[in-house]
Amino acid sequence: MKKSSLLSRLLSVATTLFGISIFVFLVLRVIPGDTITSSLGIETGALNQEQIESLRKYYGIDQPIIGQYFSWISSFIQGDLGFSYSTGAPVLQLTKSALLVTMELALLGTTLGVFLGISVGMFSARKPGSLRDFLGQFFGLLALAIPGFVLSTTIVTVMANKFQYFPNGNEYMSPVEDLWMNLQQMLFPSLVLGIAVAAPVMRTTRSALLETVDKDFVRTAIGKGVTAKAVRLKHILRNSLIPIVTMTGIQFGYLLGGAVIVEKIFALPGMGRQILDAINKREYATVQSSIMVFAILFVTINLITDLIYRRIDPRIK
Amino acid sequence: MKRERTWINYYLQSTSGIVGAVLVLIMITLSLISAFSLAPHDPLEQNPMDALQGPSGTYWFGTDQFGRDIFSRSIDGMRRSLSVALLSVGLATLFGVTLGVVGGYLGRWIDNIVVRASDVIFAFPAILLALAIVNSLGNSWIDTSIAIAIVYTPIFIRVARGPVLSVKEMDYIKSARVLGYSSPRILGRHILPNVFAPVVVQVALSLSWAILTESGLSFLGLGTQPPDASLGLMVSEAQALAAFAWWSLAFPSIFITIVVIGLNLVGDGLRDALDPARRSTS
Amino acid sequence: MRSLISLQGLSIKTSSDGRSLTSDVNISLIEGEALGIVGESGSGKTLTALSILGLLPRGVEVASGEISFNGENLLSIDPERLREIRGKEISMVYQDPMTALNPVMTVGNQLLEVLDCHNHDVKDPESHVKQSLIEVGIPDPDRALKSYPHEFSGGMRQRVVIAMSLLLSPKLLIADEPTTALDVTIQRQILSLVSKQRSRRQMSMLWITHDLGVVANLVDRVAVMYAGRIVEVGTTKQIFNSPQHPYTQGLLASLPVASSHRKNRLASIPGVPPKPWLVGQSCSFADRCQFAQKSCRERLPLLDTRGTKSVACFYPIASSI
Repeated sequence: MKKSSLLSRLLSVATTLFGISIFVFLVLRVIPGDTITSSLGIETGALNQEQIESLRKYYGIDQPIIGQYFSWISSFIQGDLGFSYSTGAPVLQLTKSALLVTMELALLGTTLGVFLGISVGMFSARKPGSLRDFLGQFFGLLALAIPGFVLSTTIVTVMANKFQYFPNGNEYMSPVEDLWMNLQQMLFPSLVLGIAVAAPVMRTTRSALLETVDKDFVRTAIGKGVTAKAVRLKHILRNSLIPIVTMTGIQFGYLLGGAVIVEKIFALPGMGRQILDAINKREYATVQSSIMVFAILFVTINLITDLIYRRIDPRIK
Repeated sequence: MKRERTWINYYLQSTSGIVGAVLVLIMITLSLISAFSLAPHDPLEQNPMDALQGPSGTYWFGTDQFGRDIFSRSIDGMRRSLSVALLSVGLATLFGVTLGVVGGYLGRWIDNIVVRASDVIFAFPAILLALAIVNSLGNSWIDTSIAIAIVYTPIFIRVARGPVLSVKEMDYIKSARVLGYSSPRILGRHILPNVFAPVVVQVALSLSWAILTESGLSFLGLGTQPPDASLGLMVSEAQALAAFAWWSLAFPSIFITIVVIGLNLVGDGLRDALDPARRSTS
Repeated sequence: MRSLISLQGLSIKTSSDGRSLTSDVNISLIEGEALGIVGESGSGKTLTALSILGLLPRGVEVASGEISFNGENLLSIDPERLREIRGKEISMVYQDPMTALNPVMTVGNQLLEVLDCHNHDVKDPESHVKQSLIEVGIPDPDRALKSYPHEFSGGMRQRVVIAMSLLLSPKLLIADEPTTALDVTIQRQILSLVSKQRSRRQMSMLWITHDLGVVANLVDRVAVMYAGRIVEVGTTKQIFNSPQHPYTQGLLASLPVASSHRKNRLASIPGVPPKPWLVGQSCSFADRCQFAQKSCRERLPLLDTRGTKSVACFYPIASSI
């Protein structure tokens, strides 16, 4: 019964989110409460009185720990994600625009990575154990082992200094403001992220393909005269999709976090950079809310991935 | 222990396994050289007059902007990275496997809690979580290790729990219980050996991820602090230098890449060696 | 009557270390004829069947020999030509129906695929496909077309596979133990279904089985395989009434007889078959043969053919008729 399993899935997601909120709360409360109150006094800089009150409620100042948690949660659910001291802007607003940037980056990176990963995976799996297989796997290994920050730094060094081409040195443009500049600015960072995604996707594709190739139904398809191309696509690849889709979902989620470093190096005003800046400026409200948003996103993406492969695999009902 | 000898034999038959092991051993050796202060230069020693020189006889990997020997700093950084990786993965394995086995074996509400707790941690991208925890705890290498350990514990919970769950339902376990075998004996004799293989493979892989995470944190300025040497930090500093001093970027990067490749190959080799099906798809 | 297909000197080996899996197999079929290949597991019967359409698994390959079909050597023809033949002129049905179908494609699409991939003159593919399902006894073909394999039982899936193989009216149907994985009652149904289709279409058939009892009313001739070689060939009547090879005789003796009043133990041949690649220049059955003599262990008996009967034995059992 599709309805009841969907319901139980949603219930488990809700429980996980509840657990996550407690976890986020605890992790960031390891900071002694004094630091918060003291910085609240010193760095209320750009905030007006109303915002300070709101922030007090957000932190649950002067309340016991449990009270603080509920105070925070109720603020969060009502859309009050706190305020940023330095800019006076509500975190919710900052998050909205930052999230768009990170989502665009993550989408581009994932698409690139999946495309690259599946291609190399198929290339490798055609002749297992051959030279092309070795090359494919070696590429996968390098993509995995070279850290994103190394690749990014190398690109910046080579492109900016040797070729004088560095669109990320200009002010960031959103797709609606200047699409062409936006795409150029997204080019290198999504390439770096794409390569990171390609590695596990390639691995998954390759092993899924190799495992499927030996299956009986592939033999049946060949035995009844299906063309080689159709066997590869309709029979082998289609049956390998499930692990590939699962892996893609996982990678997309991780990209959201892995974007942190790339956003910093390529000066993209995304969530990752927002969190980093907030940490440096000790804007705890921003950090706490942003991490909570991230976690919610991640869980949502997993849920969507789950729903997608329930559609792909007719066996799951 | 005849059984252990067999899997080592199989491991030695895998080329990638051997290459990986060699790479890792090289890095460990270099780290030990640094640990025993046998490096050619003091990693912290500044020689401003020799700043930004390319690789030479005196400075094998060249010098940075303060005239510090990049080779000595690199192996010192490797030592730090490996220490953090070993401690964090060690902790994660200890807690993760224990929780996974206990949860899987005892089942019901204990298992439920364990799974839910690990789902919560799984909900966060690794770097982000490590970032947040390090932010709260501090920068020392122990704090970093704890942060990374927390991030990677759920994976070990899952890896250890899986075999426990599948073996638990098998008939021979049920008959063992009916015959009155005590739980610890069943666990030790029958269930744990099945957990051993996937955990060992996961250790190798997690070590490689831990090194990437640790160097990522240092790159962001959240791990080892200057003037101490850390591979991630060196790459970060190289951002401004690489255009005219390629060695400041190249060598620390290559070190990280080599150790991560090595650990991955070791993981692959272990996986092939310990898999009863002995497939060689690699 | 022309020979439809003939395997000559077919030897199959492992690719990695060249171990012999079948040796010098000679089989031929004339149009409209049904031949049963009987043997234990490991005798090489399935591999022989798979080699015809080039479906040998990874790690196994043809070492030598020829497979003539319609004047072409299937082992060396153009791959595209082989693809055309598959499903259209020669079809195959396999042992395990549970894994024989693509789990993520509807049954309808898998059937239509056969038509799509071949040049055919079927005017209305969908109703042709529906008709084929009716012919194999699948109720509610409209619903069946839209369903997925996992919604069917093993017996039903095998019917689908059979329907798939008959869509383009092949000249030869190869059936590799298609009933082994099914219940006895379903077995009966499948057997009668195939039998009916075969006689309606005047189709040749190669039926692989380990169960001699199954082929009694099904095939015209029987070939017995042991340890990778053919040891006896004859008409069904000849094999059942006067088996000449001691192994064949042992096989017949081990068939349970339901009507027996006496409390007989089920007869069996003591020992196990040798691995085909370990048999040297001797009769592979010698160690288990109650009639074995010195020369049986010294030389390899070759197939001696007289008329419709062939036997590979130095001391064949004399006809009791």
